[in-house]
Amino acid sequence: MARGEVFGFLGPNGAGKTTSLKMLLGLVPPSGGEARLLGAPIGDRAARARVGFLPEHFRFHDWLTGREFLRLHGHLYGMRGSALERRMDELLDRVDLHDAASRRVGGYSKGMLQRIGIAQALLNDPAVVFLDEPTSGLDPLGRLLVRDLIADLRARGTSVFLNSHLLGEVEATCDRVVFLKQGRTVQELALRGVPETLEVVVRVEGLAPADEAGLAAFGTLVADALEPESEAALLGAGRRLRLRVDSEDRLPALAAWLIGRGAALYEMRAARRSLESMFLEVMGGDQRPG
Amino acid sequence: MSPILVIARLTVHEAVRRRVLVAGLIGGAAFLALYATGFHFMAKDAQAHVTNPMQRNLLFNLFTLMGLYAANFLSAMAAVLLPLDSLPGEIASGVVQTVASKPVRRADIVLGKWLGYLVVVLGYVLLLTIGVLTIVRVRAGFTPPGLQLGIPLQMLEAVLLVSLSIAWGTRFSTITSGIAVFGLHGVAFIGNWVEQIGTILGNGTTRYVGTIASLIMPSESLWTLAASVMQPALMRDMRMSPFSPASVPSVAMIWWAVGYLVVALALGLRYFQRRQL
Repeated sequence: MARGEVFGFLGPNGAGKTTSLKMLLGLVPPSGGEARLLGAPIGDRAARARVGFLPEHFRFHDWLTGREFLRLHGHLYGMRGSALERRMDELLDRVDLHDAASRRVGGYSKGMLQRIGIAQALLNDPAVVFLDEPTSGLDPLGRLLVRDLIADLRARGTSVFLNSHLLGEVEATCDRVVFLKQGRTVQELALRGVPETLEVVVRVEGLAPADEAGLAAFGTLVADALEPESEAALLGAGRRLRLRVDSEDRLPALAAWLIGRGAALYEMRAARRSLESMFLEVMGGDQRPG
Repeated sequence: MSPILVIARLTVHEAVRRRVLVAGLIGGAAFLALYATGFHFMAKDAQAHVTNPMQRNLLFNLFTLMGLYAANFLSAMAAVLLPLDSLPGEIASGVVQTVASKPVRRADIVLGKWLGYLVVVLGYVLLLTIGVLTIVRVRAGFTPPGLQLGIPLQMLEAVLLVSLSIAWGTRFSTITSGIAVFGLHGVAFIGNWVEQIGTILGNGTTRYVGTIASLIMPSESLWTLAASVMQPALMRDMRMSPFSPASVPSVAMIWWAVGYLVVALALGLRYFQRRQL
């Protein structure tokens, strides 16, 4: 993971996302192997002083007030006195909890718990922030807050490690994602700064099988794994082919080529590949819900 | 402030905020009020019917030990119960994750809780013990001997039980830890009586079994030793009260208890260091 990067860690439930994150934070001892956090071996306390962490489910000392809760975690970071109080005020403003700061955390709504948890994770102005499913169970406003927060952190050059299976959220925020399956990374994917891939669906009739190979000149043919045969009848006449092309500019030439080969073109549509389709493809059909 | 002190202060704060302290104070005050009432009438009777001042003092000493025995029982309950859910509860709920991911050692968390509960529990022990002694002093003008050793021994018993409660909680659930520590304390309690009866009957094997039980868990021996020093030699040697032990635990039992709690804490720390949170 590069400095200043927003890094998405994707995988089905039970893939090992939270466990991996906890290993990096020193909460779970690794059974083998080695990892480094901010240049130090995991478990290093000096490195943990530069890390922020919002755990899944937002369970905190619920008998503390919001302000006491932040002060406690400030003290655990080794922060003191007026510098800490100023930082707390700044963060309470930022997560819009100033009015609730003297109420007990136990009486907070889930959205407020998420916000006070975020404030807690940012107290030390961390170099890297770990967010474990930061929007699970939250309403759209809570999700938007996380999206804005991540954008803000990115602008400040803070690295963000985001564990999530909400693919829309990941797609909107992450620079790079890694897919995790049964504890192993199966694919790494850059979401920003790379030429986008378009997925083109073509419905044609009368294209000679030999000509199908000619399509390879425009892009990569892919198997039609996602649409079951039973739906074929509903989809109308012709054969459905799917291919990936690297630019929209290729589409007119592709259409002209198909017609030139004497095929009847019923449909041709291009869409950016969604992270969801990539996720399902990477995870494969053998995955059962975790 | 070191992380240990941050956690210790949090622990005391929690006891105050969750009204554990208030409940303890109310319970303690109720106990002391009851004891004061009982002692008042016993003292009145003693002052009316027992003319020999030495005999009267022996009676006052017996009443004081009764009060301290009850205080010791309440303190032992508090020492086991208060810290019991602290670590297992925070591990199960996930509260500990936000704390343990901070730049603190795992040991800071355990030792901070240990220190915090020591403050609360020892405060409770002193409240009850000094309360009983004050009632006796004010009503009858009597103070038992050996307090300079007797009170620290009662405190050591509380430290031992708090340490065990915390140490078991590093590894086991609240309920398992509770059963284990109370079970051990029960072994100590029965073992101590077996030892006393064995000594009175002159049965070496029975006494030996009792001694082994006291080694398995030295908590009750500390009370027996405390009671034996807080009475005059005459009362002890003539076995004039149920608190006059036939078999006085050796002073080595104090060192055994200290070593025992240090080893228990060290094992707890060692396990907590490696466990998943």
